[in-house]
Amino acid sequence: MSARQRILARIAAGLGHGAEAGANGAVDGYIERHPRGPVPRRAPDLVPRFREQAERLSSTVLEVPAPGPVPAAVAAYLAAHGLGTETVCWPDLAGLPWAASGVRAAARPARAGDMVGITGAFCAIAETGTLMLLSGEDTPATVSLLPETHVAVLPAARIVPAMEDAWDLLRAERGVPPRAVNLVSGPSRTADIEQTVTLGAHGPYRMLIVLTGEDFDDV
Amino acid sequence: MECSAGEFKHRAAQKLGDVKLQAALRRLQDKFVDGRAAALAELDGFDSLADAAAAVRERALADLDGYLLRFEREAIARGAHVHWAETGADANRIVVEIAAAHGVRTAAKSKSMVSEECGLNHALEQAGIRVTETDLGEYILQLAQEPPSHIVAPVVHKSKEEISELFHEKHHTPRKTDIAELCREAREVLRPAFLGADMGISGANFLVAETGSAVIVTNEGNGRLVTTLPRVHVVITGIEKVVPTLEDLATLLRLLPRSATGQAITNYVSLLTGAKGERDPDGPEQMHVILLDNGRSRLLGDELQSILRCIRCGACMNHCPVYQNVGGHAYGWVYPGPMGSVLTPAYQGLENALDLPHACTMCGACGAVCPVRIPLPDLLRRLRERQTERGLRPWRERLALRLWAWTAKRATLYAVGTRAAAWLLARAGGKDRLLHRLPGAAGWSAGRDMPAPPGRTFRDLYRERGRR
Ligand code: SF4
Repeated sequence: MSARQRILARIAAGLGHGAEAGANGAVDGYIERHPRGPVPRRAPDLVPRFREQAERLSSTVLEVPAPGPVPAAVAAYLAAHGLGTETVCWPDLAGLPWAASGVRAAARPARAGDMVGITGAFCAIAETGTLMLLSGEDTPATVSLLPETHVAVLPAARIVPAMEDAWDLLRAERGVPPRAVNLVSGPSRTADIEQTVTLGAHGPYRMLIVLTGEDFDDV
Repeated sequence: MECSAGEFKHRAAQKLGDVKLQAALRRLQDKFVDGRAAALAELDGFDSLADAAAAVRERALADLDGYLLRFEREAIARGAHVHWAETGADANRIVVEIAAAHGVRTAAKSKSMVSEECGLNHALEQAGIRVTETDLGEYILQLAQEPPSHIVAPVVHKSKEEISELFHEKHHTPRKTDIAELCREAREVLRPAFLGADMGISGANFLVAETGSAVIVTNEGNGRLVTTLPRVHVVITGIEKVVPTLEDLATLLRLLPRSATGQAITNYVSLLTGAKGERDPDGPEQMHVILLDNGRSRLLGDELQSILRCIRCGACMNHCPVYQNVGGHAYGWVYPGPMGSVLTPAYQGLENALDLPHACTMCGACGAVCPVRIPLPDLLRRLRERQTERGLRPWRERLALRLWAWTAKRATLYAVGTRAAAWLLARAGGKDRLLHRLPGAAGWSAGRDMPAPPGRTFRDLYRERGRR
């Protein structure tokens, strides 16, 4: 018998059902239904709620009417924080008019030494001020992780009330999760030393979220 | 990790006298206990959420084999390899084999209590693989060669001055006093370890059966780095960590960070599903998930089964008056506090952790704060009973209890005995009405006085009142 069989046999014996009873329909049936647990009351306005929560987590949130003005808003933020103009961005976003605002955006995965990473987001969650990022061909996971500054751009219409709504959106639009689903809530932090919260542990030190009024496809 | 839970009494006594540790433990109360209360106050209802969370965990356990098989099927379909390990040694062997098969020489690890359980770092080093802990707390412990003292904040026992001194000594850098500067220094020292590692090793807070995903809940971002940059990613986790669906995950995620650190959500929650695809520009080429039993399956169908619901939030230890005073190292194994006092005897043997179920005042705080409703005080009481049933208590205690039981069953004798004892103890109390020494309980009375009884028994008083 393999370790796998022995472990499964012990589980089945402990639970008092036959071996491989685990393959019963109850499991698949429940997963098929995937009912929700108690979800907190939905905030009436998603954008203000998202904004409030994201700001509590030390992110900066900007709203622009359309994707077109995004590069100018990002350029102003980078200038105000003395962060230069060199960035790495998701190939997804390479089509925005970066050069016109003086931002150099290299469309590729991030490497050591990249200082600013610009990403989109699959959706955002108002309840906790969270962004959901999916890894993929044009959305490399490193861009939101290695640079000291993370800029995320997404249409305000992609804000959903709760995490459960984000899962529904994922199922509807993608079927199964990609290799990495990252829920990102503010810049990285640690409280390991004397339980004192310090921003910028191994991930970004600061985070800018730009919400656009119109969808990207509308431009 | 070696279990030294048998030395609890001795260690606890030492820790009580450790001034620095006492200051560190007070901090934990201020930040985590108050933080949790504030974070939960913002929720509509802790009670309904905790009931739902407990139900999610119970559902997973009630069909654990079924959910594990579903997880395995989904994970394999997405390109992951799934391994089953009966013991910590088996898990270590599997990791070493994976490393050998892929020419791994260096590994970067994010925090994993299960890997501490196995003593994985030691096994890897024996196999010639250099391991770097990358969670800030775990990194500090690796430098200091100490075990963690808390499951969420592993280095809670150290002050910033001690950490500053340690960094100065090991990194050969000027001493720093600012916490942010210490964090920056660790970040810079560790970056090359992430970038150069062949293998990333992580635990998993949850496994999702529906999607075959391993879920990692972190703040620092090191969990993301070790699961994104190295060629090979190995997840090592317990078989009990599976949850059925993404909705169930959402329910548990509302409670885990709030109960642990008072955060509504951690900075990062990552669902990792399979290895990188052909067109993915980044991510590991190989993903391996090791499902560890190590005593867990034996608890199914047992009176202790509910401890397997545990989501490792640490709230029970943060609120425990014993943990608050002795810290995590006194407990002698990976898991301290109330959950550890159940898990250590359950996994390491009742006889190897005799003091732990007694390191409890029965105040009930742990059971009240547990987000998955584990009746910790009941489980501790049950372990005490098992010690008695198996004759594991010291002969003096057994003899004393037997004598008491014999007397208590003889009403007249009991009445005479208690009256005599009350009279004697009242005299022994002297002018200050305090007993400074108790025969046979020197350890107890060394640090405190016992108020002397007033000299009359309950029966006397009851009879007198009845007459009135
Ligand atoms: S027993 Fe409950 S309170 Fe303690 S760590 Fe586990 S889930 Fe948290």
